[in-house]
Amino acid sequence: MEKPPCGGQIPTALLRGRSHQPLSGGSRGTPSPSLRSYRRRNAGSTGTRQTIRFESTSVRGTLTKPPPQRRRRRAFDWSTAIIAALASAAAATVYARDGRQHFLEVLVGDLSLFGEMLPKVLAGCLIGAFVTLLLPREMVARWVGHESGFTGLLIAAFFGFLLPGGPITIYPVAGAFLVMGADAGAVVAFIVSWTLIGYTRALVWELPFFGADFVIWRMVAAIPLPIIAGLLARIAVRAGFQYRDEIK
Amino acid sequence: MTLAINILLWLVVGVLAVIAATRGRVLLDDGVRTGVMEFILLLPRIGIGVVGSGFVAEALPNAWIAPWLGPESGLLGVAIATLGGALTPGGPVVGFSIGAAALKSGAGAPQVIAYSTAWALYAIHRLVIWEVPMMPARVVWLRALVSLPLPFLAAALAMLLGRP
Repeated sequence: MEKPPCGGQIPTALLRGRSHQPLSGGSRGTPSPSLRSYRRRNAGSTGTRQTIRFESTSVRGTLTKPPPQRRRRRAFDWSTAIIAALASAAAATVYARDGRQHFLEVLVGDLSLFGEMLPKVLAGCLIGAFVTLLLPREMVARWVGHESGFTGLLIAAFFGFLLPGGPITIYPVAGAFLVMGADAGAVVAFIVSWTLIGYTRALVWELPFFGADFVIWRMVAAIPLPIIAGLLARIAVRAGFQYRDEIK
Repeated sequence: MTLAINILLWLVVGVLAVIAATRGRVLLDDGVRTGVMEFILLLPRIGIGVVGSGFVAEALPNAWIAPWLGPESGLLGVAIATLGGALTPGGPVVGFSIGAAALKSGAGAPQVIAYSTAWALYAIHRLVIWEVPMMPARVVWLRALVSLPLPFLAAALAMLLGRP
């Protein structure tokens, strides 16, 4: 199961138009001590009244359905357990085959790569947490929903880069774009951009594994891809691919 | 290079923290606490993945990887990597560990880029578990369809750009 890397915000915050809800306070069952003061402080800017109006019942269904219950985040899960088992077997093989000296060389090499990346991973987590708190998601949905044409694709791709969070927070936002009037091209550009050039994913996950040079290279090469995907989606829709009847 | 990235990132953190602080102390505290908690909880998973992929790469004989995914494998290697990415189950630890292990044991960089791009864009389990329940299904299929050529484009663009 994939967990949001950092700054995961439960999507119900978007639906209630409450954008400054603490990240996972709700799902962890810890009452936020500060919600009231957020509301008071941001009464003018967050627009607690700017609830998204859902024209459609089907999308509303997919959006308001309680999100898959997010379990208390653990530091360990099945994916990691499998990798840990594989790693132990591989480490034992290296130890038996190449001896202790080489085993330690590999271990120290990997640990130092990991250690070098830690400050960046921490920075990525903090940036993700702050952007989630500071950027009202219904505002993002409005921006993307109301822009069309090539600008719409650019804006959607930009927000895909900017918005932190994992699948559980990103897909409902993408669904909200459709309801706010964005076309499939913009939604595709947004998701592809979040997947390929989103900075939290790159900083938190990719960097420790591959190192900075490789990740920057890959991301720079990927910059045009969200736009290309968005344009392809528009071509497919123009060629007759139906998707609106599910929304209307 | 790595120092410059660190400075840049922490500048961004600083600016965001100042903005949050001007909106209220509570917001600042919340941001810091959430960010640090996420970091602490992610550490063991990333650590196991990074160290584990190093050992897996070391244990695999290079002779296995290079003919299929090595720099000489060309378009066929990219195609194999793309298919592998689409079929890889599991979360980021799995995908990135496999990519990193392949890279260290002799796979070509464009092939690894194709693998991780395919895995990120249309790993089948992810479409089914995450995307379909939260989005109109036809939009999901449209997105997966138009994403099909992207791993090839990513590998091609990366080669054009040249590794730094």
